[in-house]
Amino acid sequence: MKIAVLSGKGGTGKTTVSTNLAYMMNINYVDLDVEEPNGHIFLKPQIESVKDVVIPTPKIDSEKCTLCGTCVNTCQFNALVNTGKKILVFEDLCHGCGACTLACPVGAITEYDRKIGDMSIGTFDKAKFYSGKMLLNEPMAGPIITDIKKSLPKDEDFIVDCSPGTSCNVVKALDGADYALMVTEPSKFGLHDLKLAVELVRELNIPLGIVINRANEYDHLIEGFAKEENVDIIGKIPFSKEAAKMYSEGRLLIENDEIREMFEMIKISVLDVVKEGNHAISNS
Amino acid sequence: MRILLSAQGDNKESLVDQRFGRAAYYVIYDDQTNEYSSVENQGKLENSGAGVKASQFVLEQGVDCVITGSLGPKSFMIIQDAGLKGYKNFEGTVEEIIEAFKNNKLVELTNAGAEQKLRGRR
Amino acid sequence: MQLVILSGKGGTGKTTIVSCFAYLADPSSIKVDCDVDASNLHLMFNGKDIEEQAFTGSKKAIIDPNKCINCGLCSDVCRFDAIDKRESYYEVNELRCEGCNACRVVCPADAITLEEEDSGKKILTVLEDDSYLSRASLYPGADGSGKLISEIRKVSLELNKEKNKLIIIDGSPGIGCPVMSSITGVEYGLLVTEPTQSGFEDFIRAYELTKHFRVKSFVAINKYDLNYEMSEKIEEYCNEEGIKVIGKIPYDSVVNKSNFESKPLVMYNESIAGNEIKKMWDLLKIEMGV
Repeated sequence: MKIAVLSGKGGTGKTTVSTNLAYMMNINYVDLDVEEPNGHIFLKPQIESVKDVVIPTPKIDSEKCTLCGTCVNTCQFNALVNTGKKILVFEDLCHGCGACTLACPVGAITEYDRKIGDMSIGTFDKAKFYSGKMLLNEPMAGPIITDIKKSLPKDEDFIVDCSPGTSCNVVKALDGADYALMVTEPSKFGLHDLKLAVELVRELNIPLGIVINRANEYDHLIEGFAKEENVDIIGKIPFSKEAAKMYSEGRLLIENDEIREMFEMIKISVLDVVKEGNHAISNS
Repeated sequence: MRILLSAQGDNKESLVDQRFGRAAYYVIYDDQTNEYSSVENQGKLENSGAGVKASQFVLEQGVDCVITGSLGPKSFMIIQDAGLKGYKNFEGTVEEIIEAFKNNKLVELTNAGAEQKLRGRR
Repeated sequence: MQLVILSGKGGTGKTTIVSCFAYLADPSSIKVDCDVDASNLHLMFNGKDIEEQAFTGSKKAIIDPNKCINCGLCSDVCRFDAIDKRESYYEVNELRCEGCNACRVVCPADAITLEEEDSGKKILTVLEDDSYLSRASLYPGADGSGKLISEIRKVSLELNKEKNKLIIIDGSPGIGCPVMSSITGVEYGLLVTEPTQSGFEDFIRAYELTKHFRVKSFVAINKYDLNYEMSEKIEEYCNEEGIKVIGKIPYDSVVNKSNFESKPLVMYNESIAGNEIKKMWDLLKIEMGV
């Protein structure tokens, strides 16, 4: 079972929901918000190993290279240039696809592993913790997300903390999820971004439910939309200065009994849907 | 000698462009024939690596030097590696810049980073 | 003159601050919403969209099932697992395809083409005070936002040919390609952070990036009174790095109301956070010399 936690808008409490739920359900947690991974702050895992995430990057053998320029024309990301004297490779534009290597007519291209980020693996409480982190000035999060997903043990349960928004990085993280938990907040911004996120999840045919974070007297904004779209609101985490303070100190909110109860309900609703199969899809 | 300028339009009356990779046109001046020609920049619409694509395109035009506002680090490296010289333009038309170039009034672009700084403070 | 407002982390109140600046700034100023994944600024103002243009982003491979000879070479070389086997041909999984060309290089039957995909719209909006807002709306799951950001910034630069106007940019969150596109060539930056562990860590990453791009940066600590200890830590860091903390915004429940009613916070006279943002804007104007 893979539960993806996402939010159209950043800062709505996606990581709060992911980490608290993972801790309470005692299931593995994976942080795929690789640009800003924050799950470690709340779960305080014991990191057992840190692995490099690499992508294959071309290296040109100038002895063999005939400067024909086929590689330059093949590359869709403009990572290669023919100066007439040699082929220059701009690593930070390379997606590691291998097209240039395949295209080179004289076999002058080999590939080496270039580090673009790292993956930490550890444990918290009784479950496993995975987290990816992109190196600064590296523009591509995609390969890190894919790499981490490949290293996750098959047939184990996971909470997947996605990056905010609805970009292709979110799609990569969502790929293969059994349930999408949408975290939002009661504001027009929250609603606007929630709509986009719901549209994306629907397109991918993943069952979904909404959690309203920082719930207050304006919840009806989200409730109206949920009703129209026939999506269940499976939890509300009330706004309190105390919760905000706990968060700022890197503490889990389930230390508070009232909030813990809320998370118990979220858990039951998620498990209901996942066990029953895809009944949420037929609702849509 | 063939001289290439980044420009906002396609003729000698056009204003020059401070940008290199995302400039709309390149106007080329040939000092042997005293003629101007122009090409549309094939790099400006690229999703990633516009400067690199534009640089490759410029190299294919068979020119000896480039006059523009500033070169990014990648473009600078490419232009230098290909043995082309880069000169800094100022605001004006293609013709005015060429005139200044003939009178040795243009400064050679030597360091990509410093040029970016200049651009940032304009 | 360009000013970009950034926050490494989402939800630190960046858009709240940008909307206040947009409200306070001279109507000649141009606004750019580079937060294209969650373009929100226009929700705060009554505006009218005057221009809309489709935007093509990344390329995707397409296999012609009639030409496909079912050899499977494309699927073997694809490093993104984006090619699935069907009964008598192969098919591209659009969501996974990076548009890299590797499959086309190896296809012996010439059955593969790369085609550009529509990924969203560029929109130019005129706000109530007759000022311009350049923004975009991406289709869900679409990408290519780095290029899109250069394009919507280009719209703002074209509106400022005389270079005498202030351009206010709502930066993209994170530290990836879109952020880089939203700060390249910008003179001034305001980094919005909050006194949380994650806020602090993300702020440092965003700050490093502005340093790399030589953007002169200032810092605003939002909700600074939720965790004094952490706020002090952030201030200490800023002192060491020589960055000016230009505003400390208190926690204020009026923010909820302003979000709900989608009106800039500075319109609420009773808002203590709004008043601090007003002060901060005045200071910033002095720093930028506008």
